[in-house]
Amino acid sequence: MTAGRTLRALPTLWRIGVAESLAYRAEFLVWILTTTQPLIMLGLWTSVARLQPFAQYSSADFVAYFLAALIVRQLTGNWVAWQMSEDIRSGAMAMRLLRPIHPFVAYAASHAAAIPFRTIIAVPVAVILLVGSGSSALTSDPLRIALVLPSIALAWLITFALLFAIGALAFFLTQTMAIANLYFALYSLFSGYLMPLELLGPVAKLARWLPFRFMLSAPVELMTRTQHRDDLVRLLGGQLAWAAITLAGALVLWHRGVRRFEAVGG
Amino acid sequence: MISARDLTKHFRVHRRPPGFASALRSLVHRRYEDVKAVDGVSFTIERGERVGFLGPNGAGKTTTLKMLSGLLHPTSGEVSVEGHVPFRRQASFLGKITLVMGQKSQLIWDLPPAETYALNRAVFDVPGDRFERTLAELTELLELGPLLDKPTRQLSLGERMKCELAAALLHQPTTLFLDEPTIGLDVAMQVAIRDFVRSYNQRHEATVLLTSHYMDDVVALCPRIIVIDHGKLIHDGDLRQLIKTRDPDKRVSFTLTRPIGDDELARLGALLVRDGQRITLRVAEREVPGVIGRLLGELGAADLAIEDPPLEDVLRAMFGEQRRAEAEAEAEAKAKAKADTEADAS
Repeated sequence: MTAGRTLRALPTLWRIGVAESLAYRAEFLVWILTTTQPLIMLGLWTSVARLQPFAQYSSADFVAYFLAALIVRQLTGNWVAWQMSEDIRSGAMAMRLLRPIHPFVAYAASHAAAIPFRTIIAVPVAVILLVGSGSSALTSDPLRIALVLPSIALAWLITFALLFAIGALAFFLTQTMAIANLYFALYSLFSGYLMPLELLGPVAKLARWLPFRFMLSAPVELMTRTQHRDDLVRLLGGQLAWAAITLAGALVLWHRGVRRFEAVGG
Repeated sequence: MISARDLTKHFRVHRRPPGFASALRSLVHRRYEDVKAVDGVSFTIERGERVGFLGPNGAGKTTTLKMLSGLLHPTSGEVSVEGHVPFRRQASFLGKITLVMGQKSQLIWDLPPAETYALNRAVFDVPGDRFERTLAELTELLELGPLLDKPTRQLSLGERMKCELAAALLHQPTTLFLDEPTIGLDVAMQVAIRDFVRSYNQRHEATVLLTSHYMDDVVALCPRIIVIDHGKLIHDGDLRQLIKTRDPDKRVSFTLTRPIGDDELARLGALLVRDGQRITLRVAEREVPGVIGRLLGELGAADLAIEDPPLEDVLRAMFGEQRRAEAEAEAEAKAKAKADTEADAS
């Protein structure tokens, strides 16, 4: 499909993605309440730092960090690896392959469509709390503020491409749930989802180079005044590099994998 | 036009006997086997033809359709559909074909069919006015009106299949791959779908390749049939000619109006069915006029019908012969191998 046709199809793909997100009201509400683990970590770490700062993080720093992490997580989380694995295993991928649009675009449009609705409650509440209670720990640098949204967009792209690549592994392995679960364990540890990367101790240095940092911690670092102020060029450059690597990896894995598709089941 | 030459598809299949020990063993050592799903199949189908693609379960029909529609990469051989190599799945190719699988749905499960139609309009880049016209036409022909805004999951099987057909045809493809499109449908719905496929084929000069376990679908729609078994092509030609060649005898059915014994009926032809007063005989074609004369005259039979043998029977006999030939060839090969071994030993 040409780029022009893909662009013309995007509004419809997006609209149908929204309709799918809203198809089950109860599930939709439950979904809104998920991916709020940063709130649990917030409670944990603020109690650790109540009496005195922990590793230079005050209680207010933790509040700002985890509310920012909640916002980024809500805006970037997706489940495409699980969806693709199931589509490949069951043969449902066949119907996607018969449509003249690259499944990367089709899945991406559908997942992007869900974001505004998934975050309809959590993100406004987190933003209000962040501005209200953690503002002292937030950046006031206009450049950093301006870069927050592009950084979140890149974090979304890296997360989506990495999960798409894991989903495409199902062409080779049929079942990739275990790999997706391993991914989530690594993500939780190395993205800053459970704690700021500075608190990782000996592996903190390694974490700064892994893709996971650029999927969550990078935009959070931009938003919050953490002790460790990264060079902006390195932060955004790292995100751009990982976006290119994960996107290329996802498309290569797709291209190789789809040749092995067995279109099982009917 | 569709052309396949020496088309072959092998699958690597993991074999494991049942049981706990074998499950554990399979963790460290797996036994794989190459299964030849399609084995050197060649055929050509011209534009506008309606062809039935037949064979027993596991014969390789669906695998062939999936290769023709670009879902599977062939292991070897050449395939071309409307001038395209299917597995490249170029947009121009996907816009010309459609694949309807009775056991797979392209409709979005949680949304009404109208949403899938809108999605297909967008991705196939169908101009708005053409989309409206085609949808109106399909809605009328398939009586979709009340179904368009009901969630797909709440449609009956027959309703879903009608909506499925419409979704598959909105971009007006000129090659239709139909894999069991009437599976699970009642007789009335099967007839409706057949009529629709025939009408679409005539209006758009579309090529139709159909697999179905309902031989009535094939007999009603396809003047030509391709038969495969164990992945190999065993017949390609005119349906009626196949029946005539394989089993030239007619089936003569009638209802008795007075008791007649089996011995007397056997003098007219081979007795195939006796269900109360309803009888079916197998009669050589040249003897049919004489038999009919006797049945209607001295025997006073009623509700007389003369038919070709059912396609099912013809195919069953064909597959039976195929099995026997394969078994004989295998036995011969084993005997030869044994004789060679003995000769070497002596």
